Amino acid sequence: MNAASRFLLVSALAVSVTACVTINIYFPAAAAEKAADRIIDEVWQLRDAAPDAPAAPAAADAQGETK
Amino acid sequence: MKVASSFTRWFAVVLFGLLLGGAVQAQGNLEVNTPAIATLKQSMQQRHARLAPLYASGAVGLAADGSVALRDAGSVPLAQRGQVNGLIAAENADRAALYREIARANGHPEWESDVRRTFAQRWIDRAQPGWWVQKSGAWVRK
Repeated sequence: MNAASRFLLVSALAVSVTACVTINIYFPAAAAEKAADRIIDEVWQLRDAAPDAPAAPAAADAQGETK
Repeated sequence: MKVASSFTRWFAVVLFGLLLGGAVQAQGNLEVNTPAIATLKQSMQQRHARLAPLYASGAVGLAADGSVALRDAGSVPLAQRGQVNGLIAAENADRAALYREIARANGHPEWESDVRRTFAQRWIDRAQPGWWVQKSGAWVRK
């Protein structure tokens, strides 16, 4: 029982350590693209300077002032 | 028995943690909110007011490597050429620092070239009509 639980502990540790390494080792291309777009929006001022609400100003522009 | 059940519980906690980690990763947001990145964005935003007319005239184009380049020196009066070159150099320094900072802020300095490649593609894709962009080595007007 002791050996079994030790095996469980070691394998769980091994799994969590390798998972931590592999999870972040690949470049997140889609996330980078989103981040790039946000920064380009700001640098080129393609949308109103509202970094917290990127979609809202564009929608508001399209809608105009209609009520 | 008591030992085994405590380990089972511990194992469940580890599994839950892994699931949580996977969920966070699946959302996939890159950290871009650091003071260094904010400063670079600000500096590039201010410079853009002076670069935009140069993009529009075709004097400066968006290069395939994520930088900006003097495309048509002839369209810049000789007297202003030094100033334009200075703008380009400053912009490229900021861009290089931005790519480096984003990679560093995410704990992966080796991602710098990937970040640069991603930005290069997005700068070009989002360039305004009339601007010049570099595609497979050749300058193309959008």
